[in-house]
Amino acid sequence: MNLAIRDVRYHLGRFLLTALGVGLLLATVMAMGGIYRGMVEDALSIVRAPGADLWVVQKDTNGPFAESSRIPEDIYRVIRAVPGVRDASPIAFQSLQLRVGERPLRVQLIGFRPGGLGAPPAVAEGRPIVRGRYDLLIDRKSGVPLGTEIRIGRSTFTVVGLTEGIVSNSGDPAAFVALRDAQEIQFQKANEAIRNDRARLAASLEEAPALRDVPPEALGGIVQDTRLANAILVRLEAWADPGEVAARIERWNHYRAMTTAEQEDVLAKSVIDRARQQILLFRIILLAVSTVIIGLIIYTLTMEKTRDIATLKIIGAPDWKIGGLILQQALVLGLLGYGLGAALIGLAFEYFPRRVAIWPLDQAILLGIVLAICVLASLLGIRRALSVDPTTAMGGG
Amino acid sequence: MAAIEARNLTKVFGAGEAAVQALKGVSLAVEPGELVALMGPSGSGKTTLLRAISLIDPPTSGCVSVAGQTACDGDLVRLDARRLRREKMGIIFQAYNLIPFLTAQENVALVLTLNGVPRREAMRRARHLLETMDLGHRAETHPATLSGGEQQRVAVARAVANTPAVILADEPTAALDTERGKAVMDLLRRLGREQQAAVVVVTHDERMLDGFDRIYRMTDGRLA
Repeated sequence: MNLAIRDVRYHLGRFLLTALGVGLLLATVMAMGGIYRGMVEDALSIVRAPGADLWVVQKDTNGPFAESSRIPEDIYRVIRAVPGVRDASPIAFQSLQLRVGERPLRVQLIGFRPGGLGAPPAVAEGRPIVRGRYDLLIDRKSGVPLGTEIRIGRSTFTVVGLTEGIVSNSGDPAAFVALRDAQEIQFQKANEAIRNDRARLAASLEEAPALRDVPPEALGGIVQDTRLANAILVRLEAWADPGEVAARIERWNHYRAMTTAEQEDVLAKSVIDRARQQILLFRIILLAVSTVIIGLIIYTLTMEKTRDIATLKIIGAPDWKIGGLILQQALVLGLLGYGLGAALIGLAFEYFPRRVAIWPLDQAILLGIVLAICVLASLLGIRRALSVDPTTAMGGG
Repeated sequence: MAAIEARNLTKVFGAGEAAVQALKGVSLAVEPGELVALMGPSGSGKTTLLRAISLIDPPTSGCVSVAGQTACDGDLVRLDARRLRREKMGIIFQAYNLIPFLTAQENVALVLTLNGVPRREAMRRARHLLETMDLGHRAETHPATLSGGEQQRVAVARAVANTPAVILADEPTAALDTERGKAVMDLLRRLGREQQAAVVVVTHDERMLDGFDRIYRMTDGRLA
């Protein structure tokens, strides 16, 4: 006869309410795990979307996601000639704050060469950017409909397509434009700044008599070079060894070639590592709180049953039967709480502003932790139960 | 051979100057099928003697023999005492002490399952026992919704379910009115005789003493 189940059934309302409390706590633990996984998935989505094998970036930098990286756009032609390289394309990244109507919208702007690498893997609605300028693709998450016109810098862009599931490591939706447009947005200076730069350069040239006769219009390319990119994406032949190709590119000394795995590593370990540690610590605290709460609940439930436990001892129930009652109740509480928590997070995760990725493996590990917590939490109750004096059940005289 | 034999039992609570001697060399023997009542005022040591015999609170010195198993000077470890109670004793409490989250039938069946009877068989036997006590219709009721008399009858059923060699009852009628108290006593006497169990009942109610084979009176830790 299972005493734990019968006790739970008898006090079902109270037990369910308690389990709901534990469930809410565990739902928070699950949500934190899901937020972490979502953060990693978001961060990696932008690295994986172009489908590149190598990222060529400015020397001594970790690439455009970790720090500023600027390299000449046309280097991609040289890289294409490296044995083992099937394709190479420049790409530009920039975080931008747009205004859509009255609404501010933060996006990760990605500039790619139409027809080259770096285009979104799929366009969910509308059409891709083929070669037109001032076309813009944006992630559905932005809530911006097709056909919307958005002013960026000096130009007006039209939303011609919607993508899905490509966001930055901070959860901002990705927006794709042609590389030329992205370069203008990122590198083109304001007219006043160009005039100031020209004047400064002309003053400097005054001190160099040999260059004194250079016509001013020739200075335009010096003061404003927009033919830059943040990285060159490289796709390799199937037979090529990424390490070898990367080493060959790096031999030029001015560039660093990173594999996609290294780029993912930079993102996962450097860019979001602190957030990951923060979330991990928070999860540990929540689990510790859960242990204490389950322990207190079980202890209280045991205290309420002191007289019943004394009676059980008098009628001869062995210690394992009494300990089993406490342990099984703790496990039932934990399992019920876990189930309610999982159901809650299953219903709610889509409504979170950022991606919450619930992985079955994470859930299975958490279940194991919850069961271990329940065993731990029941120890105090079991100790209390086993120390109950059987005479508690009898009167005196 | 006596089902219960207590020899020169003493029980001391506390130590030094605060020590209280609750039992002062009590000796007692109860044969199978014999009904014995222990009378006495509050604090006379009746319940202490019952606790000592049942090894719930072993005596400080002396020997207790229950159903052929003997322990002297508290040398019977508690686990053995629990097993002895489970297999050989039925105990009835003043406040019924039914497990609140079990039905009447499950309360009775519990002692059977603790003794290794399969659950289904235990439930069948418990049901039958309750029916013989006119409690069949209350078998699936939880104790909280049973009357005091019904609860004590269920407690009696629980005590006799395993056909123990010894039945010990601590003030079983104290919380009942006279009519219900007598009904419980009649039941206890009848089942004690039928099962040839040695029955010891602690009571302070003179009205409940009809039909007992022997009546002991306790005063200041001694049997009169």
